Amino acid sequence: MLDRPAPIEDIESPETFTGNRALDQEEPLLFEIGRRDATGVDVDDAPQVASRLGGLERKEAIGLPGLSEPEAVRHYVRLSRKNYSIDAGLYPLGSCTMKHNPRLNEKMARLEGFADIHPLQPVSTAQGALALMETLAHWLMTLTNTHAIALSPKAGAHGELCGMMAIKSAIAAKGEGATRNVALIPQSAHGTNPATAALLGFSVRVVPAAADGTVRARAVRDALGPDVAAIMLTNPNTCGLFEREIVEIAEAVREAGTYFYCDGANLNAIAGVARPGDFGVDAMHINLHKTFSTPHGGGGPGAGPVALSERLAPFAPVPFIRRDGETLELVEHAEGTQSFGRMTAFHGQMGMFVRALAYLLAHGGDGIAQSSRDAVLSANYIRASLRDVMTQPFGDRPCMHEVLFDDAWLKGTGVTTLDFAKAMIDEGYHPMTMYFPLVAHGAMLIEPTESESKASLDLFVATLRDLAKSAKAGDTKRFTEAPRFAPRRRVDETLAARKPVLRWRAA
Amino acid sequence: MRYHPLSEADRNAMLATIGVSDVEALYADAPASTLLKAPLDLPRHKSEFEVERIFSRLSARNTSAGRVPFFVGAGAYRHHVPASVDHLIQRSEFLTSYTPYQPEISQGTLQVLFEFQTQVALLTGMEVANASMYDGSTATAEAVLMAHRLTKRRKALLSGGLHPHYAEVVRTISRLAEDEVADMAPDVLGAEDLIAKIDETVSCVVVQTPDFFGNLRDLTKIADACHENGALLVAVFTEAVSLGLLTPPGAMGADIVVGEGQSIGNALNFGGPYVGLFATRHDYVRQMPGRLAGESVDAEGRRAYVLTLSTREQHIRRDKATSNICTNSGLCALAFSIHLALLGEAGLRKLAKLNHANAVALAEMLEKVPNVEVLNKSFFNEFALRVKGDAAALVERLAARGVLAGVPVSRLLPKAGLDDLLLVASTETSTHEDRAAFIAALKETL
Amino acid sequence: MSGLRFTKDHEYLRLEGDVATVGISDYAQAQLGDIVFVDLPKVGRKVTKGSELAVIESVKAASEVYAPVSGEVIEVNNELGEKPALVNDDPLAGGWLVKLRVDNAGETETLMDEEAYAGFVKTL
Repeated sequence: MLDRPAPIEDIESPETFTGNRALDQEEPLLFEIGRRDATGVDVDDAPQVASRLGGLERKEAIGLPGLSEPEAVRHYVRLSRKNYSIDAGLYPLGSCTMKHNPRLNEKMARLEGFADIHPLQPVSTAQGALALMETLAHWLMTLTNTHAIALSPKAGAHGELCGMMAIKSAIAAKGEGATRNVALIPQSAHGTNPATAALLGFSVRVVPAAADGTVRARAVRDALGPDVAAIMLTNPNTCGLFEREIVEIAEAVREAGTYFYCDGANLNAIAGVARPGDFGVDAMHINLHKTFSTPHGGGGPGAGPVALSERLAPFAPVPFIRRDGETLELVEHAEGTQSFGRMTAFHGQMGMFVRALAYLLAHGGDGIAQSSRDAVLSANYIRASLRDVMTQPFGDRPCMHEVLFDDAWLKGTGVTTLDFAKAMIDEGYHPMTMYFPLVAHGAMLIEPTESESKASLDLFVATLRDLAKSAKAGDTKRFTEAPRFAPRRRVDETLAARKPVLRWRAA
Repeated sequence: MRYHPLSEADRNAMLATIGVSDVEALYADAPASTLLKAPLDLPRHKSEFEVERIFSRLSARNTSAGRVPFFVGAGAYRHHVPASVDHLIQRSEFLTSYTPYQPEISQGTLQVLFEFQTQVALLTGMEVANASMYDGSTATAEAVLMAHRLTKRRKALLSGGLHPHYAEVVRTISRLAEDEVADMAPDVLGAEDLIAKIDETVSCVVVQTPDFFGNLRDLTKIADACHENGALLVAVFTEAVSLGLLTPPGAMGADIVVGEGQSIGNALNFGGPYVGLFATRHDYVRQMPGRLAGESVDAEGRRAYVLTLSTREQHIRRDKATSNICTNSGLCALAFSIHLALLGEAGLRKLAKLNHANAVALAEMLEKVPNVEVLNKSFFNEFALRVKGDAAALVERLAARGVLAGVPVSRLLPKAGLDDLLLVASTETSTHEDRAAFIAALKETL
Repeated sequence: MSGLRFTKDHEYLRLEGDVATVGISDYAQAQLGDIVFVDLPKVGRKVTKGSELAVIESVKAASEVYAPVSGEVIEVNNELGEKPALVNDDPLAGGWLVKLRVDNAGETETLMDEEAYAGFVKTL
């Protein structure tokens, strides 16, 4: 069973009194160590005032625990040490672009003129912030060759929503809102694509992929019609391949009065080398936390500014920046514009803008192109180094910044893609992306990024070769019992879903 | 270049292994027309020192809140964040880790999320909370969509005290998803008759407390009216510190509670990244969007945490997902959680009391100034001031005198005829000197 | 076990009079893995043949169950709330999902009988 691990009978490691294993330390919940009256912050006593709380003062205790500063630091440091991270090792996660997160970016984001300014203080007192946003937009427009950048979306999926909202608005403006209600999406698409389309009331029509994993212009032409609002494609696609017929596809889409949404998750293959605007996109979100190094933070925050073509730019959401000679203004209301409205309360993820612009300025146009080339080179190096032991669903051919393997080579070994991934953990690696895209059986999608040294790539390859050899030789225990050395063994996900315990409760 | 470990020798060796003569060959699938023939018109790479100089200059062109008397609120609040918080979130294992999809090597993140979910549930008085949304405004929109799914109705009723930008976000998604929104007029005094508008066509009523104008609202009667009509009460807050001192929405009958967590652990950051809080009843958990960390055991029987109920989410359910959301606001949720652990119950209560006391002190001083009027009967740390003349122009004049006095309501509601209203917030970071400076500048320029 | 009919989507029905008990086959439950939640329809709902009747969730997937015939939902298996594992452990009996009052008993004739379904499963 995929989700419920077999219980381990013979636990090899010796028991200790604390349950710790030297630097591998167990850490209880905050609620098990904190106390109601403990605090790590000295807050001044409030002067006596005549209360104006209108009788709504809290009567019951909240039940929150507190810790002194030393205890708090220890609690979180111990917890942190149970996490894998980019700083500690390679993350070969296809589609995630786990590149190095420069600390210069963190330093710049913390400058008080960026961190300690309020979105609604007078615009005249935040001209440096607006200038930074304008500069970032300029870089993104130049890299994509598009007409405008909507900066406010808070994450990639939010950017997808923005782009599709702009498309829906453009269609409505042409009077075709009632008839054009289908979105064309390939089977290999990231789940956010159909989820976004469905949210906006589009029905999803699947575009079939050809035998080589790419989308053919003919298949798109066959699927186009007066009921189609948009096609949502990823390029390079989720199989790590550049869509060869992208230009014809974009032309067919435009001729049919349809719009081209491009999922920009894989921009790291082509930034500075090719421009999505040149292959005809109407809207493309850019994941600043992928291509432009803003940190993943254990799951977020991201940022998803959207590049827009000339025919979609008028529909961009508010707020947007407008230059009036030497001064920058914020247009915050849609009235008097064709803007489709507002996506978020304030102006976007300024903290991520600072980091991304620091990355862009540090790399320069030359560095960005070099990053993309190194990313593609590294992925192909891995492909070339593993192609004799692992199978590729669409045959061996040059890939972009990520290489896709399937599980055909594991057939008969008793080892699944999941088992293989868990054994990688014991070797000190985070697993690659698994079971995505859906078009490959037992998919393994590997994206090394440009941040890995050759020595690192060579060790990674050697490790996978060793694991592959083991699997084929029938050493199944190395896989089915993995991971053995992580802070926790495999977790019972069935139990977690059948009897959800989503918070701590007092006994 | 400092971020690129590969040397030319490395690259050549790798090309040889691949069996091509140059990297360009690897781009063979891209049509020639799409590949750039010349480098883009962008500057060359820069040293750290050069980048720092550029950013310092840009930063210096902004007036930072800590340098002036500062009373700006309206949905984002300046609080002091202890030094430990920012230090801890910069640890490699928190900053540069990925979403905890491999629980065996992500117990740090997962346990923090479990603790965070518990803290949010306790603060809001609800049974369960998720692992955060992007911000309060998108959390509000997601709550409305959730209410539609649960009640199978598609009309939301928005209070006139809801933050105008939050209302705009709800209206935008509703219009494009072809759902209905019923609006109330801006409710400056917190006196609207919302109950009269609740009927069986409405899926949810969205009410904010403390509201946009600062008024505190008892939601109990509204909750009853909702439930009598088969609708849900969505309670919203933009100032999380208020929950340290006020009756939580859960205790007043709310079905879904959403809000902005920025006030705890997170800097102003010109509007983002922030952290959306989302809590609801246990019965509704399968319709709740966003990630959820749950408790389980591992194969050795030890307690372990794992992302769960994932079939709600886009990566599994695709077009039938509860939402398209993928990332949460992980690091900001961590900062929130650490700050709240440092404060504890006692510290949070003291902090909230101090906020209220500072705001009351300011209100009392303002009440003595001619041509201004504090409008609220009740407030937490923010209130609405009616001034003589145009509030936006006044704010500019005060800014020129080095005081950031608040937010003119007309900035968010330009056509509501409320041009003489100013929202003034006062947190624990405002001092007596700040208040005196504000009053002095006000008297000069009114 | 006479009277058991199957669809190509691995639903089964057992007809007694004009009441059909509907569930998923043993093959289907094995494919799905550990079932964690079943989203059942409300009693009284009318369904047409082929429309969505229920959703079965495992940890990593959610699968629609389609109505094998048209009819009205007259009873649902409330035990599945506490024990979704019944669908894994006993799909043809204790793990039943929904009882339908069928509009037209004749609709069941077009479904595969046990032998035909067993043959069909072999081809997968």
